[in-house]
Amino acid sequence: MQEVVSQLNIVKYCRGYGLSIWQCPQFLFLVMGLIIILTSIGSYLIGSSYITDPSLVALIVIIITGVLFIISYIITRSFERLAEASRMKSEFINIVSHQLRSPITNIKWIADFLTSEDVEIADNKKDEYYTHLKENISRMVELIDDLLIVSKIEEGSFPLKKTKSSLNDLVYEVIERSKAFAEVCNIKIVFNPKESLPSAFFDPNLIKLVVENLIDNAIRYTKKGGRVEIETECRKNRLYFSIKDNGVGIPKQDQKYIFGKFFRAENAMRNQTKGSGLGLYIAKSIIIKSGGRIWFDSEANKGTTFHFLIPTK
Amino acid sequence: MKRILFIEDEKAIQKTMGEFLKKKGYNVISAFDGETGLKMVKVKKPDLVLLDLVLPKLHGFDLLEKIKADPETEKIPVIILTNLEGTEEVTKALELGATTYLVKSSYRLQDVLSKIKQVLK
Repeated sequence: MQEVVSQLNIVKYCRGYGLSIWQCPQFLFLVMGLIIILTSIGSYLIGSSYITDPSLVALIVIIITGVLFIISYIITRSFERLAEASRMKSEFINIVSHQLRSPITNIKWIADFLTSEDVEIADNKKDEYYTHLKENISRMVELIDDLLIVSKIEEGSFPLKKTKSSLNDLVYEVIERSKAFAEVCNIKIVFNPKESLPSAFFDPNLIKLVVENLIDNAIRYTKKGGRVEIETECRKNRLYFSIKDNGVGIPKQDQKYIFGKFFRAENAMRNQTKGSGLGLYIAKSIIIKSGGRIWFDSEANKGTTFHFLIPTK
Repeated sequence: MKRILFIEDEKAIQKTMGEFLKKKGYNVISAFDGETGLKMVKVKKPDLVLLDLVLPKLHGFDLLEKIKADPETEKIPVIILTNLEGTEEVTKALELGATTYLVKSSYRLQDVLSKIKQVLK
């Protein structure tokens, strides 16, 4: 009995799908059913009173057909969205399982190797393997952190904690932290703050995440010996940030999907097999939440420039 | 000494598996992307290729196809060593001529070694 009652709880179902009530198939079916019942009764009452005028009945039938047609269209669209959500979920599981499996395999095999009784490893060689262990554990932590952020974005539980902060200091800090990675990849990072930016009110932790993602991508997708240029300036009541690289660029056909969740451009996957396709989705969500705008210019094999603007207050 | 070419872009896996196989008496040569891997198959003519699928520059399937299409390299056994475990991938790899298909995370180093020994027998 309780199960039957719970099945009637349409709002719960719609929440489960992550759709608004007007996009939820169960609710729309209920509305359609009600319209059919009400209009049948209405048609009967009108028909019994005004049967002498058949054009009025015809008009009512046309209106009802039109309304049902619109509702059917909305229901079809809702199913399409659900199917798309299901496809994205499968894709999500595929990507996450592959991305998590790689560091897990690394850890498993290194542990296997270090504990093999029939293999002797010199103590000084062991340090290298410990470093690999640490790197792979960090990789897993980073992926899980990204997934938690995405989950918060989707739930809408993503509070903005604005404090008086300096964008330039934040950029310097991220560059400092990325230096080792840039050096390994032989990439030069140049930061040109055009003017000393005034302090502004934004969430420094979230904007740092955006800057980290953009700098990390620029290094990752630029060939050895490449150059990454960062600029900041104040534009009216907004802070402007741009990052330009001379890397692989984003092919035209992939550009409209680049801020999509789990999307990775075809040439990006060819050059760099690691990556979850979450960085730019997170960056865009944060910038929009901060009341700003993010965009890019790119040409395949020439490079990409990402820009964002955020309000100073 | 049997020569094994290991084509894998994960440095940690390359190092661990490479060292392990060296200590077990194999001559291991490495390639970190598909294009280099293909060149090395042609030049070094290994006795066995351990091949990852998700590789930079040239996907493992394309590389496998090229190895099997060349009369000089078609007889070299190829073991797929990947973390992709879809039925589609397994079927495709075997159809293209892979000797066997191993999902990395399901195997220990010793298990991979046993498979290598079996194939090289």
